[in-house]
Amino acid sequence: MDEIFGIPAPLLFGQLLLGLINGAFYALLSLGLAVIFGMLNVINFTHGAQFMMGAFVAWMLLHYFGIGYWWALLLAPLIVGFTGVVIEKTMISRLYKLDHLYGLLLTFGVGLIIEGLFRNQYGSSGMPYRIPPELQGAWDLGFMFMPVYRGWVVIVAIVMCLATWLVIEKTKLGSYLRAATENPALVQAFGINVPRMMTLTYGAGVALAAFAGVLAAPIYSVNPQMGANLIIIVFAVVVIGGMGSILGSVVTGFALGVIEGFTRVFYPEASATVIFVVMAIVLLLRPAGLFGRA
Amino acid sequence: MAGPGFSGGDFKHEEQVFLGFTRTQLIAFVLMVVLVVVSPFYFYPVFLMKVLCFALFACAFNLLIGYVGLLSFGHAAYFGMGGYLAGHAAKEWGLPPEIAILIGGATGAILGLVIGAIAIRRQGIYFAMITLAFAQMVYFFCLQAPFTGGEDGIQSIPRGVLFGVFNLNSDMTMYWLTAGVFLIGFLLVHRIVHSPFGMVLKSIRENEPRATSLGYRTDDYKLMAFVLSAALSGVAGGTKSIVFGIATLTDVFWTMSGEVVLMSLVGGLGTIFGPVMGAVVIITMQNYLAEFGAWVTVIQGVIFVLCVLAFRRGIVGEIGNWLKVRL
Repeated sequence: MDEIFGIPAPLLFGQLLLGLINGAFYALLSLGLAVIFGMLNVINFTHGAQFMMGAFVAWMLLHYFGIGYWWALLLAPLIVGFTGVVIEKTMISRLYKLDHLYGLLLTFGVGLIIEGLFRNQYGSSGMPYRIPPELQGAWDLGFMFMPVYRGWVVIVAIVMCLATWLVIEKTKLGSYLRAATENPALVQAFGINVPRMMTLTYGAGVALAAFAGVLAAPIYSVNPQMGANLIIIVFAVVVIGGMGSILGSVVTGFALGVIEGFTRVFYPEASATVIFVVMAIVLLLRPAGLFGRA
Repeated sequence: MAGPGFSGGDFKHEEQVFLGFTRTQLIAFVLMVVLVVVSPFYFYPVFLMKVLCFALFACAFNLLIGYVGLLSFGHAAYFGMGGYLAGHAAKEWGLPPEIAILIGGATGAILGLVIGAIAIRRQGIYFAMITLAFAQMVYFFCLQAPFTGGEDGIQSIPRGVLFGVFNLNSDMTMYWLTAGVFLIGFLLVHRIVHSPFGMVLKSIRENEPRATSLGYRTDDYKLMAFVLSAALSGVAGGTKSIVFGIATLTDVFWTMSGEVVLMSLVGGLGTIFGPVMGAVVIITMQNYLAEFGAWVTVIQGVIFVLCVLAFRRGIVGEIGNWLKVRL
């Protein structure tokens, strides 16, 4: 098992792993986008900036307060989620009666502000964030060495996606959420505070982005632009998967990460663009997206 | 689509007196032409040329959002690619500037045809995301393709000699060409909007199923509008690289797509003069704030938020609303 399709096995599996890691972030971010879109009908353009904020809050917690990775994993999503609640309350909630595109323009503007502020404060170069000691080292899987942290990211991302799916599909809160997505007026008539649910949904979606940001901090360097380019790829992922289904967006995220990884092995020049090519093909064959409802 | 759209507002029908302009619009147009002619004697021509290129770009973008209701978040692709190809044509192929600019426009049109044909399969938010994603793909292509010069871009593009007579190395001569390109583009957009074709576009914006039921192939109309908009963006990009002698990655990056949205939003979506006003405001602001670095991004973000929350008509839209006329 030294070579597969003429490619050395360690290289192939290495890129496959890298693809899974990227896929984990695509999945977490597109999941957050789908949850927010389902409830608010707003595409959250700030999502990339909030992912970046998650990583930065983790870095700040460590740098200024000496609070480590494990607490950051809990605190950063809460802090960034809270800023999301404020954004929804003060700004986004004013736009629900207007054309949906205004929500996109607003969140784009908010993203620019956040990114600009961080760039002013911390410059464009990246900040290192160390892997926590418990997750350092690598496992020997026989055919390759697997850095523990990378395995951890993939597993945690899968767990988090499943947890979100369970909350939405199997709990009472989730049933309210799904009902309010279908018909907010009726749900409100049953005495459920729909505006508050929308606020909390936005906060939760943002928290999910921040959680992904903390996970990403030790892998990518923490810098103000880390979210902006990622989010455009995630948009493509969302278009491919369609935002109709939670599990659909998770599966699409991981699958596209893996496809990207394989492309990097077999035709590296196209690795940056392959997801957009997939998007074009899907749009030609199934305009509503793989899991979307037309 | 819920709620008020992106039209310039509803006012009483005014008679069109000339070229499809109403009387007020004609006065505004004449005023604009006078400003275009007079300003190079008072301001730095290179700065004004930049404004004019972006004004044309914003007008092209506004053709889609304002009159078809399609928000393209990837117009940098046509602008930037038009710039690259025009620059390449002028520098490597030694073609005269007028041909180079036309090549820029053709590049925009072809790219717009390919991307548009796929993107118009979805509407609203998805359309915005798809156009953004394709523009990012074009960006990655430009980053890797050999002819674009990667991070360096195409540098020292010659301005050349227009029609073999006018040497464009003089800033004033270059200015008149840029002003001419802008005015022709502006009138073309205006003509398109007020043609029977433009009426169909507006009906698609207002109610697409209805337009379909009346027998219009709305997809064909949307694609045609998309191609026209992309072509004009390519012309604007091509002119810009001839003016500045440089074509870089900045012009194909997503921030550029955001900027043209911002210009149209500030000036007034769906107004004829709004994008021009928006380009003047934003480019002037960038010019004065250039030394503050990332604060420009922050301020642009703040303007975005303010416009969306409190100022959705934009400057020209507000003026028009105040005067009770369509501008």
